[in-house]
Amino acid sequence: MDISTQNTEAPPPAPGPPVAAPTSASRGATRPGDRIFLGLSRGSGIFLLVIMAAIAAFLTYRAANAISKDHTNFLTTFEWNTNLEPASFGIAVLAFGTVVSAIIAMALAVPVSVGIALFITHYAPRRLGGPIAFVVDLLAAVPSIVYGLWGALVLVPHMDGLFGWLDHYFGWTGVFEWQGGAPRSMLTVGVLLAIMILPIITNVSREVFRQVPRMHEEAALALGATRWEVIRMSVLPFGRSGVISASMLGLGRALGETMAVATVLSPTFEINASLLDPGGGTFAQNIASKFSEATPLGQDALIASGLVLFVITLLVNGAARMIINRRKEYSGANA
Amino acid sequence: MKLQRMNRRALTLGALAVSGALALTACGSDDTGKSNTDATTSSNSAIKCDNAKGQLQASGSSAQKNAIDAWVKAYTASCKGVQINYNPTGSGAGVTAFTQGQTAFAGSDSPLKPEEVTASKKACGGSQAIDLPMVGGPIAIGFHLSGVDSLTLDAATLAKIFDGKITKWDDEAIAKLNPSAKLPSTKIQAFHRSDESGTTDNFTKYLKAVAPSDWKYSGGKAWQAKGGQSAQGSSGLAQQVKQTEGAISYFELSYAADGISTVDLKTGAATPVKASVENATKAISTAKVAGTGKDLSLSLNYKPTEEGAYPLTLVTYEIVCEKGNKADTLPATKSFLTYIASEDGQKLLTDAKYAPIPDEIISKVRTTISSLS
Repeated sequence: MDISTQNTEAPPPAPGPPVAAPTSASRGATRPGDRIFLGLSRGSGIFLLVIMAAIAAFLTYRAANAISKDHTNFLTTFEWNTNLEPASFGIAVLAFGTVVSAIIAMALAVPVSVGIALFITHYAPRRLGGPIAFVVDLLAAVPSIVYGLWGALVLVPHMDGLFGWLDHYFGWTGVFEWQGGAPRSMLTVGVLLAIMILPIITNVSREVFRQVPRMHEEAALALGATRWEVIRMSVLPFGRSGVISASMLGLGRALGETMAVATVLSPTFEINASLLDPGGGTFAQNIASKFSEATPLGQDALIASGLVLFVITLLVNGAARMIINRRKEYSGANA
Repeated sequence: MKLQRMNRRALTLGALAVSGALALTACGSDDTGKSNTDATTSSNSAIKCDNAKGQLQASGSSAQKNAIDAWVKAYTASCKGVQINYNPTGSGAGVTAFTQGQTAFAGSDSPLKPEEVTASKKACGGSQAIDLPMVGGPIAIGFHLSGVDSLTLDAATLAKIFDGKITKWDDEAIAKLNPSAKLPSTKIQAFHRSDESGTTDNFTKYLKAVAPSDWKYSGGKAWQAKGGQSAQGSSGLAQQVKQTEGAISYFELSYAADGISTVDLKTGAATPVKASVENATKAISTAKVAGTGKDLSLSLNYKPTEEGAYPLTLVTYEIVCEKGNKADTLPATKSFLTYIASEDGQKLLTDAKYAPIPDEIISKVRTTISSLS
């Protein structure tokens, strides 16, 4: 797409590539600098595509190699054992765990992040907003393995109370049923991931809310709107696509998070309807924990699972892009 | 401007995290380091450097990492010309690196498979790789149960616990083996490894050999039974046992260090056997050499009837070429292996909570090492 837009901006009546056709210099002069820059930028664009194609080809080749040796169904098997004769592995549990943990993380993190961003930009006194923004930034700088250690040593032992409460009042739903195992389940992972993606979503949302045109807000205030009504009528609609983009950034991190999940989750190859009982796993966590002892076939199988994660991420991002496009009229570009 | 500010914040925090991590690792290595230093000074005189020098690259099993570390420290103190880098990448990766000719020797917690022997021929210049048993280690079953300090279990009960067939601590099968213990009705939380591991392989091999009717899985490095809970690495399992009431899990004895009680195994002998270094060596001495020619891979005896033989053990091998080792690393490899198979080298193992290889087998190892070329 980038390349095509560049082409249209180059001398329009040119029949061929403008570099090769010096006669097309009818509209202003093309000096060497222009040609060099065009060549460089076009080369960079093509280089990127070549790298992507090479990576995709490599992944697909290795993945196809593994899947052809998998004697069970790659998509529906609840097992990961590449050392068996014949090998048996499948991504059903991993796909489930990845999606569920990411959904929990988003459900917890997005409202809180938007709340923090609104507080910093519209409610907090200047003296308080700065430090809060700073603390949120700090959260983003903590490496994920540190979150993992904190999660395993502090968060997990303290989840018992919440789990007991959920089981007592909502156990009848089946989703919050708890057998009393160590609280190292999908819900714990979701909570940890939510904390990890909070700073990204908050930061981007804050910048978006800050760019709401002053006129919109003042107009609303002039009509007698309260502060909440201003936020509801001008800030949130204006910032919606920005918040969605911010959430997608966070979602990307949640889907791909490896070490923190591997440290906190108790992965087992079964799908558990309850979010409180151990079970499930995520793609990235599985790759991290299985790679060091994997045979060549095992590595291919893990690469195949990585390819599935890649596809899931693409689908999610594509969906987000569609949502944002549909709400284009609110985006900052048109304001 | 904003970006710069954020970078600086990130840097400050990064620096904090790094120094924190350094402080943490410093604490971690202290425990293992302390036990080794006293032995180091005494064993120096026995090390023969011959004309070994240069760098020795090796990789493989992480189960023997602490043993190798102790040996390297003692060895390089005497032989200043040699530098040994052991990278605990895991047995599988270690064997692959060796067959690709990247390392001088590999560490593995299971003997070479036939296809790996075939693959090694290229790296060994037509000859082949052999297994040398060098480190033994008891796999302890650690548990956490308030009010219960000692517990006896047999293989069948263990298999049922880890397969989710026995779910309460006051189950009849456990009570029968522990008539004097006050068992609570706590739910059993059985933890297994979430990563692939030689420890899992050896543990399930034991269950399969002794209780085949209760453990129906084929075994291997990946955990196969459904249910239960899992954690990453032996240290992760030990951590879970420490903080979870009703937990039970398996890991190398050295991880059972502070405050974790271990299960006594009911074997063919009259009295239950404690997980200890001496008891593991006793069990390994009943093992038979299964390898052909110079290969010394062992077939462990999982049903010993001797008193005090702890059969749930893991043996790690050093893998080298029988012939055709690289000329520039051969002197150093031979000299180092000679040292670790020597009496002093094996004695060092006990301090690090590993089990020395019994005399009869280690003397064969010594003969084999002297014939390496």
